[in-house]
Amino acid sequence: MEKKIRVLVAKPGLDGHDRGAKVVCRALRDAGMEVIYTGLHQTAEQIVNTALQEDVDVIGLSLLSGAHMTFFTDISHLMKKKKMTDVLVVGGGIIPEEDVPRLKKIGVNAVFGPGTPVNDIVRYIRENVKE
Amino acid sequence: MSMLASQVIKGDIRSIARLISLVENNDSTAIDPMKELHRFTGKAHVIGVTGVMGSGKSSLIYELAKTYRKQKKTVGIIAIDPSSPFSGGALLGDRIRMTDLSTNKGVFIRSMGTRGMLGGLTAAVYDVISILDAAGKDIILVETVGIGQDEIDIAKIADTTLVILVPGLGDSVQMIKAGLMEIADIFIVNKADKPGAEQTVAEIESLLDICEKSVRQTPIIKTSAKKKQGISDLIQEIQNHKEYLKTSKQYEMRKRKRYETELYELIRKRLMNYIYDETKLKDRIDNLIDQITKKKLDPHTAADEILHKILK
Amino acid sequence: MSEKETNNKKKTQQQNWEKKNNTPTIKEKMERKRTFKNLSNTEIKALFTKDDTTHLNYKKDIGFPGEYPFLRGVHKTMYRGQLWTMRQFAGFGTAEETNQRYKYLLDHGETGLSVAFDYPTLYGYDTDHPLARGEFGKCGVAVSSLQDMELLFRDIPVDKITTSMTINGPAAIIWAMYIANAENRGIPKDQIGGTIQNDILKEYIAQKSYIFPPEPSMRLIVDTFEYGAKHTPRWNTISISGYHIREAGSTAVQELAFTLADGLEYVKAAMSRGLNIDDFAYRLSFFFNAHNDFFEEIAKYRAARRIWAKEMKKLGAKKPRSLLMRFHTQTSGCSLTSQQPEINIVRVTLQALAAVLGGTQSLHTNSMDEALALPSEKAVRIALRTQQIIAEESGVTNTIDPLGGSYYIEWLTDQMEEETFKYFDRIERLGGVIPAIEKGFFQREIAEAAYRYQKEIDEKERIIVGVNQYQLKEPTTIPILKMDEQGEERQINRLKNLRKNRDNIKVEKTLTRLRTASMKDENLMPYIINCVHTYATLGEVCGVFREVFGEYTEQAIY
Repeated sequence: MEKKIRVLVAKPGLDGHDRGAKVVCRALRDAGMEVIYTGLHQTAEQIVNTALQEDVDVIGLSLLSGAHMTFFTDISHLMKKKKMTDVLVVGGGIIPEEDVPRLKKIGVNAVFGPGTPVNDIVRYIRENVKE
Repeated sequence: MSMLASQVIKGDIRSIARLISLVENNDSTAIDPMKELHRFTGKAHVIGVTGVMGSGKSSLIYELAKTYRKQKKTVGIIAIDPSSPFSGGALLGDRIRMTDLSTNKGVFIRSMGTRGMLGGLTAAVYDVISILDAAGKDIILVETVGIGQDEIDIAKIADTTLVILVPGLGDSVQMIKAGLMEIADIFIVNKADKPGAEQTVAEIESLLDICEKSVRQTPIIKTSAKKKQGISDLIQEIQNHKEYLKTSKQYEMRKRKRYETELYELIRKRLMNYIYDETKLKDRIDNLIDQITKKKLDPHTAADEILHKILK
Repeated sequence: MSEKETNNKKKTQQQNWEKKNNTPTIKEKMERKRTFKNLSNTEIKALFTKDDTTHLNYKKDIGFPGEYPFLRGVHKTMYRGQLWTMRQFAGFGTAEETNQRYKYLLDHGETGLSVAFDYPTLYGYDTDHPLARGEFGKCGVAVSSLQDMELLFRDIPVDKITTSMTINGPAAIIWAMYIANAENRGIPKDQIGGTIQNDILKEYIAQKSYIFPPEPSMRLIVDTFEYGAKHTPRWNTISISGYHIREAGSTAVQELAFTLADGLEYVKAAMSRGLNIDDFAYRLSFFFNAHNDFFEEIAKYRAARRIWAKEMKKLGAKKPRSLLMRFHTQTSGCSLTSQQPEINIVRVTLQALAAVLGGTQSLHTNSMDEALALPSEKAVRIALRTQQIIAEESGVTNTIDPLGGSYYIEWLTDQMEEETFKYFDRIERLGGVIPAIEKGFFQREIAEAAYRYQKEIDEKERIIVGVNQYQLKEPTTIPILKMDEQGEERQINRLKNLRKNRDNIKVEKTLTRLRTASMKDENLMPYIINCVHTYATLGEVCGVFREVFGEYTEQAIY
């Protein structure tokens, strides 16, 4: 039996816009992945603990409120603390171009803005999941 | 002892999670640690939770887990959702109902897809229960998909099986059809704050009158996970059931039944792995299929040949 | 007999045309696509003629502006009398920063204000709450107490300008602060005009900024209706919103149907409290999206007016003003693209034009940079200018409902109305709006539509310029709004000082009275107003409700 890619799709903070997260969940499922969806209003600690228990290969963070710097930084710190170096982190939402290099520096592997075809996200995950 | 097994026994979250993945992926490196863990298992009380979609299984499990934590008991939760038969992928969303448990140190939650098992429980569930048991969880709650065979299967591995119904779904006839009357150790009428709860209780009672087979009366508990009502009653009934199992020697019988089911399942799984293994039999089987298609051979003779090869 | 004959003859005319010009072969060989569909997945014919509207009776189904069924507009004069209110949704950072933005917008010809609150405020948390971390001022302004409200409207004539506030869970509290601020400035309550969104049903359905469970939420809403009917005749106590339903991925028909279903639910809730429909109905307002399919959007607004008038009549409304659907429109945020952001200006122009041709009472035009961040000053100015060009240059305001009588528009209006009534039936069968929410009906319908839309784009069945066709190799960038980095610290300090310097005994006393009242059946508005007057914070007042009412948790529906 082949190994299944497991993805945690998480909504950090108070942002309630979940259209994108849910569309991505379904697309990843249809691409044969196992998708764990956290639901809304997650703290950084909840997301990292969930990722750890679920042994996911990928964490996908969706945020449209503009609070991405704070949350992605917190999550990335916690992941380092728990030595989760083999987990791919991707982000999506309303994220200005100029924040992307800063996000990459703190360990976010890729950022997908509005208008990204979901197939691009599927392809990126398949090609970049860490062994 | 392997590093992985010893870390699991210590309760290391990362190791527990990793071993579960290995088991789910049918990875052969999981076999040795699983062998080592067996003697550390048998302490946990395994509770199967079943009921149709929308009966509030996740919310009820959440309330149970929180109450068990207040009693200082550690809890493992296995939440199973169906995998897509088309893509093999799955949407695992049961944690939404339990979000604040993910930071509770005494709780470990794992979501699983059924991964191609039609109806029945995925074989990995047995191992996942053993892993959480060996990791020292006092209570293990297994949430089934809630359709068909997996409900019957859960009753074979759980010490206590909870069957959840809700008012107004008209499920009593289906219950008999699905054989739920036989597997329930405790009936729960959830969402009891809604109209029709009493009627649902009455329906279960009258069905129980017809099918009751043992001396123990199957209790019916009314709960409302939303209003946090009936949870402590339920916990008390689970405890009562555990004591009943111990005093009536049912406990050993159930454990034996569980290992029986597990062993058969394991043999089946191993055989299937062997048969599907590319390097060993796949070529030969493909060849036989060609011959059958061309009418040079019949399927029964072909099966005989393969079985003979395996048993040699 | 003869009428039927004429009808038959007419039909033959259209059939003749179709026979000649729209045969399967022509369709196959000469048309670009196999089917042409609008955003609600309705197939659109090559040509509409009189045949498609013969079933409509002019007087009964179309009529005149300002007259039942109000299809052509709610006012006799429409834009010849008064233009729509140009109302840009704005808010970020501290109350001072946003106050500056309001003044900038008013200086550039904006005619109404619209407040965007930040997430902590939307959820009833003060800026110093742990869950507010990282969220301060990010997608709106933080208002934690009456003090912030005072700063937000400093030097703005709240007796002359109307203010719309997008606030739902804690709407009653924020409104109380607005009232208290006016009172402190010596402006009587009956002089202030504006709107609170106050629409909790669409929060459960789509937008997810809910706090309390449905029952107490509905109670708070009806409290505001009742209070408003008595004390604030110029205030819209609710803005029943399809905007967010659409943004969450619904089709235009779903937006229309679900919004009106929500509206009727509020009316019924108020009536079951014993309120007279004609006392509050005229203060209900609506809020719609303006998406990409131009004619579909126009038909949507027109259908909405007609359905609402019919339904309100059925519920027993007698006064004509109770039958009017007045609505605000915002161009679609989710239709904006982060790729080639400047071209969003063109999208917004078309969407805004649809809203105007659909007879909107007020309008927000999105800024080109909103797929990336909150709008910069320049971007928001261009968005406002877009409205001004439509109003002043295009000539579309010269006549009322200029598309009325178009075969296509009238057919589509009618078709959308029909689909809406089908949804009403389905909702009814589920036991009403709230049971349908609990069963996940709306959420599932929307998730399906959202996924289908995304797939259509991915598979290039729908072309989005710059996204799946006509892309640029090099990404274009535009300057983004910068916020005051020290704002959060200043806000937290301000709150700290407030808590220290106010009369805390008085605060406690009013909060206790509120708690007692909320456990009984009393209208809570006067109690809330008393609380905010003492500078009790949003978080403190909301805390009382959280304690008494509990909190709502979402369902997992993809």
